[in-house]
Amino acid sequence: MAAISRDDVAHLAKLARVEMTPDELDHMATELEDILGAVKRVQEVATAEIAPTSHPLAMTNIFREDVVRPSLTNEEALSGAPAKAEDRFKVPQILGEE
Amino acid sequence: MTTIYSSATEMAQALSKKDISSVELTKLHLDRIEAVDGKVHAFLHVDSQGAIAQATAVDAKRAAGEKLSPLAGVPLALKDILAQKGVPTTAGSKILQDWRPPYDSTVVAKLKAAGVVILGKTNMDEFAMGSSTENSAYGTTQNPWDLTRTPGGSSGGSAAAVAAFQAPLAIGTDTGGSIRQPAALTGIVGVKPTYGGVSRYGVVAYSSSLDQVGPFARTVLDTALLHEAIAGHDERDSTSINAPVPQVVAAAKKLDVKGMKIGVIKELGGTGFQAGVSQRFNEALELLVAGGAQIVEVSCPNFEYALAAYYLIAPSEASSNLARFDSMRYGLRVGDDGSKGAEEVMSITREAGFGKEVKRRIILGTYALSSGYYDAYYGSAQKVRTLVKQDFEKAFAQVDVLVSPVTPTTAFKIGEKSNDPVAMYLSDIATIPVNMAGIGGMSLPVGLAPEDGLPVGMQIMAPVMQDDRFYRVGGALEAALLSKWGKPLLSNIPELGGM
Repeated sequence: MAAISRDDVAHLAKLARVEMTPDELDHMATELEDILGAVKRVQEVATAEIAPTSHPLAMTNIFREDVVRPSLTNEEALSGAPAKAEDRFKVPQILGEE
Repeated sequence: MTTIYSSATEMAQALSKKDISSVELTKLHLDRIEAVDGKVHAFLHVDSQGAIAQATAVDAKRAAGEKLSPLAGVPLALKDILAQKGVPTTAGSKILQDWRPPYDSTVVAKLKAAGVVILGKTNMDEFAMGSSTENSAYGTTQNPWDLTRTPGGSSGGSAAAVAAFQAPLAIGTDTGGSIRQPAALTGIVGVKPTYGGVSRYGVVAYSSSLDQVGPFARTVLDTALLHEAIAGHDERDSTSINAPVPQVVAAAKKLDVKGMKIGVIKELGGTGFQAGVSQRFNEALELLVAGGAQIVEVSCPNFEYALAAYYLIAPSEASSNLARFDSMRYGLRVGDDGSKGAEEVMSITREAGFGKEVKRRIILGTYALSSGYYDAYYGSAQKVRTLVKQDFEKAFAQVDVLVSPVTPTTAFKIGEKSNDPVAMYLSDIATIPVNMAGIGGMSLPVGLAPEDGLPVGMQIMAPVMQDDRFYRVGGALEAALLSKWGKPLLSNIPELGGM
């Protein structure tokens, strides 16, 4: 397995939408290298014939009747918004101008 | 006389006999918090006004002769990861610094309905990622047994509050040991119920296939009473089990282990475990034998891979769960000066709002889930999870409960492991398998390690939805230890002043 480089960390940080300073990138690359070294042990016993377990319970979809129930008021739903306008969440520009 | 040193059961009895009012009892605890929390720092937010209002309401109902639930009027400390309407809920993170939820989590709604008085919100590692509270964005909680040591984590604030007599009851969450490990390190009882036993609606999610809410208290019976108050099916949580709640209060009162088969897990002990931890654990086993239980050694050979699998599964799920903190609908927003797009604002906000360990786990999880690495890391970890489950199934085919020490060592010094993530992760080595399999487990204090005078915990584990079994063993062992010591373990805790 290839070692994790500083560029890899920068790419992952971009995917995860977390800005990182050059200093943080340096540290994180070293730390991840250590952690991956420790956790890659899982590969020693994970043979092809073992079925993976994603969850402790057998999960099934649960449906309810499609009827209106009491819910948050508009004011309550917006109560934690960093910015709001006209009873809506106000967010930074999502699409480019062009 | 009822004091802050009484058990929750004693407090509830005094309340029902009207020897004390809930307002008086609540004030005793608020005074205690005022006096000692400067040293312990268990609380992030003390809701004095709200607590007095809840207590007043319970007293009025009692005066009117209404039928009340067993814990009505008893105070409690709530981990800051559970949403409580109108009360700050930060999950130990800057990204939720000023957030006040517009709704109650199901556990909070159940506590309020039961008349339990919520004193405030307790400190924790940010988003429950950590084993010491050192990853909190709001400072570290000190262990009341020794203020230079951590109380464990992530629910360290809740555990410290109960050990320091700031509250007789507390709520925590446990993803890899975050209830059981701090309970062990502070000398109190803590339970991670069976996965799906308690609703997680309104609990800030860390690793959804592992997270579970559970109770802390100073006695097994108190823990059982709180367990029954919060457990049960909730249609708002699709992972909540639709089955009757195990009869844990009745089990805690049995005080009898005659004929029970108890398995000691060979791989969770011996090398790597502190001498005093092993000694107190073995002495507790002798008491169980004296009580008529049969001890057998069992082997769970795949447990040695559980820690590695956990540190792939939990960060993977976290990297997905924490995507919701996008600065759009609630929480922190930084850098929105009108010149930047949403994605840029999102990245700047997450840089400013998340701490080091949270970023580390998000990046690790993103890596483990990325194409090309998925099979080698996340996929392999899921297979280990199967093996750990099978180890438990084989072991429970032979015995009623399994036991091990909760932690390899007693409480460690603040700062001792904070710069070495892999060393910190090792403190969860004995607790993680339980979460991987979705079963329940209890941490029970079994003495003080002779070499450092700090508490040692025994972990008692039972199969899915058989939580009553560890309450039965825990209750019996607690009674045997009490008659051996002549006084509760917590009577040895140093004075914090202000008493």
